[in-house]
Amino acid sequence: MNKPILSVTDLHKSFGPQHVLKGISLDVQAGERIAIIGGSGSGKSTFLRCINFMEMPSQGRIALDGHSLGSVKQTRAGETRVNYAERELCQVRARVGMVFQQFNLFPHMTVLENVMEGLVTVKRAAKTEAREVALSQLTKVGLSNRLDAYPSQLSGGQQQRVAIARALAMEPEIILFDEPTSSLDPELVGEVLRSIRVLADEGRTMLLVTHELGFAYHFATKVIFLADGVFHEVGTPEEVLKEPKQQKTKEFLRRFNEFAF
Amino acid sequence: MVRVGGTLVNYIWDFSAVFSHADLLILGLRNTVLLAIVSIAIGLAVGLALAALLLCQYRVPRYAALAFVEFYRSTPPIVHFFWFYFALPVLFNIEMSPFAAAVLALSTQSSAFYAEVFRGGILSIERGQREAGSALGMTKAQAMRRVVLPQAVARMIAPLVERSFELTKTTALASTLAFADLLYQAMMINSETFRPLEVYTLVALMYLILLTFASALARIGERRAARWR
Ligand SMILES: Nc1ncnc2c1ncn2[C@@H]1O[C@H](COP(=O)(O)OP(=O)(O)OP(=O)(O)O)[C@@H](O)[C@H]1O
Ligand SMILES: [Mg+2]
Repeated sequence: MNKPILSVTDLHKSFGPQHVLKGISLDVQAGERIAIIGGSGSGKSTFLRCINFMEMPSQGRIALDGHSLGSVKQTRAGETRVNYAERELCQVRARVGMVFQQFNLFPHMTVLENVMEGLVTVKRAAKTEAREVALSQLTKVGLSNRLDAYPSQLSGGQQQRVAIARALAMEPEIILFDEPTSSLDPELVGEVLRSIRVLADEGRTMLLVTHELGFAYHFATKVIFLADGVFHEVGTPEEVLKEPKQQKTKEFLRRFNEFAF
Repeated sequence: MVRVGGTLVNYIWDFSAVFSHADLLILGLRNTVLLAIVSIAIGLAVGLALAALLLCQYRVPRYAALAFVEFYRSTPPIVHFFWFYFALPVLFNIEMSPFAAAVLALSTQSSAFYAEVFRGGILSIERGQREAGSALGMTKAQAMRRVVLPQAVARMIAPLVERSFELTKTTALASTLAFADLLYQAMMINSETFRPLEVYTLVALMYLILLTFASALARIGERRAARWR
């Protein structure tokens, strides 16, 4: 096995008294596509958001490309704590792309400006250069004809594709998708999934939280079932989705497929 | 025609005496506009600083700013005029012109209201916007400047204009300090001409035209700030 590009070790996350993630470890190799499934409120979003530090882990270490993030400090009580500098977190976030369930496009910017924004503000790229990159990413998601539109003038599916282009423009080493199709009308789901599949064909490293089990099956190299704050079952799509071993996974899938035809 | 005590009175409007004092009214208008603009400018600057304190993560500055805002929200403006003009000289031996006292009273009071508008505007931007910014690698300051503020400003313009109109009308209180604003000039002209209806009708019209003009400008500004809606 190669050196993982992302390595999560014994990750815990609590919100006050609520212990959401209870010790999660995961190594991600370059090119892996990991689908994370699980019940509502099981902590799927929290896990993704800890990876790019939108939420601060309560405990555990995250390493990117072999470099452990944050610095360990001893508190006076003798406990160890990990401190993160804002500068370091910003650098990490620029290297890890994120696509949100609610798109979160910048409504005051055009499609093109949305995609250029990270390059110009964070990477300090020249406008002409940023424009070129943005244009090629927008072409990839099939929106090169809507450059000057504002997000409010686009359908949900189009908005999410712009959001994907916005994340891609930063040339992230890993892309995190948090239920990218959950707030879309059913007939718009396909166009977004197709865009994600193009990225899979490019060999990008991705973590995807989804309720689209069919897509997870075809898309993922690895499927993780998250329950009770831990990885309950991990395996190939075949193993986890077709022949689950754990009782909980079976029940989850049964509930999910209750109305399948 | 005005009905007084059941009988019809024919009032004959005559603006000629008032118009002969037009220069005084123009001066009053100039002073009112000057007082309003200076107070709005200072009020906005102080209000922005106050809003920063209100949104600060530390408790002490936040509560201090909150107390300031609460104080001004629950005391009548004329008290502040009197306080700055009459109390400061006695208490701290600080003498100031009626104009300075009026500017202080107006700008401190409006800064409290502006601060609330700024704070509300910034808080009204969904958390996802800031998150999308930081997910791209923006610092907090960059996300504020590039993502939150441009959207917040568009939402702030209407309430800021509303507050500024309120302030402009409150400048009339400066007349109680014998500052030669529009209202004070009107009172002077009235005591000479004994034509209160004409004087105050004209003055009301002048306020109306001033604020309508300002309102048109504000609407253009608002449309510019929110082209994307
Ligand atoms: N910022 C927060 N403050 C407090 N509690 C939170 C916060 N974020 C999440 N939680 C709690 O943590 C738990 C896990 O939430 P999370 O959003 O990660 O679940 P999820 O698996 O993504 O669910 P869904 O499928 O509904 O999106 C929930 O019980 C939620 O209420
Ligand atoms: Mg979620």
